[in-house]
Amino acid sequence: MSLRAIQRNFRDWLTQESAAAAAALGDAAAPGLAVHLNTYRGQLMACLTEAYGVVHAWLGDEAFAAAAATHIDRVPPCSWTLDDYAQDFPDTLCTLYAADPEVAELACLEQALAKAFIGPDCDAVDPATLADIDWDRAVLKLVPTFMLLPATTNAAAIWSALAGEPGAAAGDSAPPQAQLLPAPAQLAVWRVGFTPRFRTLEAAEAEALALMAGGRNFGDLCALLAAREGDAAGAALAGGWLGQWLQDGVIAAVHKDRRG
Amino acid sequence: MTSPTTPRYGLGLRKPHYADFLETTVPVDFVEVISENFMVAGGRPREVLRRVRERHPVALHGVSMSLGGVDGLDPQYLQRLRQLVDEIQPLFVSDHLCWTRTGGFSAHDLLPLPFSDEALEIVSRNVLMAQEALGRTLLVENPSSYLTFAESVMSEWEFLDTLCARTGCGLLLDVNNIFVSASNNGFDPHDYLAGVPPARVRQIHLAGHSQGHERLIDTHDHPVSAPVWALYERAIRRLGPVPTMIERDDHIPPLGELLAELDLARKIAAGVKQAAA
Repeated sequence: MSLRAIQRNFRDWLTQESAAAAAALGDAAAPGLAVHLNTYRGQLMACLTEAYGVVHAWLGDEAFAAAAATHIDRVPPCSWTLDDYAQDFPDTLCTLYAADPEVAELACLEQALAKAFIGPDCDAVDPATLADIDWDRAVLKLVPTFMLLPATTNAAAIWSALAGEPGAAAGDSAPPQAQLLPAPAQLAVWRVGFTPRFRTLEAAEAEALALMAGGRNFGDLCALLAAREGDAAGAALAGGWLGQWLQDGVIAAVHKDRRG
Repeated sequence: MTSPTTPRYGLGLRKPHYADFLETTVPVDFVEVISENFMVAGGRPREVLRRVRERHPVALHGVSMSLGGVDGLDPQYLQRLRQLVDEIQPLFVSDHLCWTRTGGFSAHDLLPLPFSDEALEIVSRNVLMAQEALGRTLLVENPSSYLTFAESVMSEWEFLDTLCARTGCGLLLDVNNIFVSASNNGFDPHDYLAGVPPARVRQIHLAGHSQGHERLIDTHDHPVSAPVWALYERAIRRLGPVPTMIERDDHIPPLGELLAELDLARKIAAGVKQAAA
């Protein structure tokens, strides 16, 4: 048998427990194949358990183990890093818990925080260096770990109750009941120093940050808000958000917009 | 070949011991880390490694290169590893004589190879590719084996000997894995030790194993067993003072226990040296 055929049989044994594939590798291989199957599934289960401690706490041992086993059956790993294997678990949870959207949203938040934890290093801009900025032509460069997640439930509150603040010890307060938010929102996730952070944003602020992330300048945002809210209210809103973003540490740099 | 200044005794750096390594002076000559855990863009893992590197030489030990993969090596993987190598300037870079990937599937387990001419050709090609991409010699480790293939036409040590000759790679000899594979597959571990090319062995691993249903399992969750210590003594007698480290990946004890275990390696090597004098 060619090496390619051996490896294909091994893959089919591990991912489908194919009896035909095992038989092709020889009867004497059976005890060894059992060891590898156990290691394969155990490794993936450990990966998901480590990556989703909060989801685990929310679902409980039995339900989490069942969901993880379903995911392992459904999605064979394809990347050299186990970090990538954990990324698709929210999709499986979304299918398994379609009537409980907080489960997948909790998983998405946990995954985003993990991604931010190992994302590129970048210091936030020091507000004291921004004295002479022409804000009408300013382009805000966000830190590379910044991302936005859709939120329709109180998953963020559940996460905080179960895990505490990002980077802190596990929370000890009872989590709230799952519930839908009054209006769809977004979660901003990023990292300050070595600690991932998140904040729930109303739709308008999330839209503003998405514009900034897309390279639009701050003057464009002010004009948009002035058209919606009026000059004074729009300017106050934009200024308030800018102060919050600087305080949060989501802005890495402020550049002058060089477009005409 | 080991020079008088080569670091001699090390431990695997694992999370429960980060604080020990960052805040105290740990009496080891080097540490070894799992490369993939640090092949990330940034954040605390890279910072921990940078700070540990300020205190100790670091060996990078990989588990996902897939040297036996028929599809060749993943260029993105090699690029990430090269970035880490350039930053850390490691003492050694190693991975296993196994395959982990095929046709878009990545097993995250060290899967076995037949010791065939075809496999030798594929592994040789991949080792050469890795060494070219990394700009340095790769050490190849013997994994624990739980089965054999009808396609094998040579022993594992003959396979490794030829691989070294063809590619110039070195060997990371895992003494526990020799013991486990010998027990599972029915060969004499002393034949293995006698068959590896001594000048190519640059590093030794020691670890514990467990008794499984029908196989010994390389679990890294126990202290090194007495028969493995005895085999280590034989290895040092044949190979000389090769840099040696202990791996523990589960049921990780306080650092002091691992340091005491490492002292056993020091004592055995000292005894061998004394007997030879």
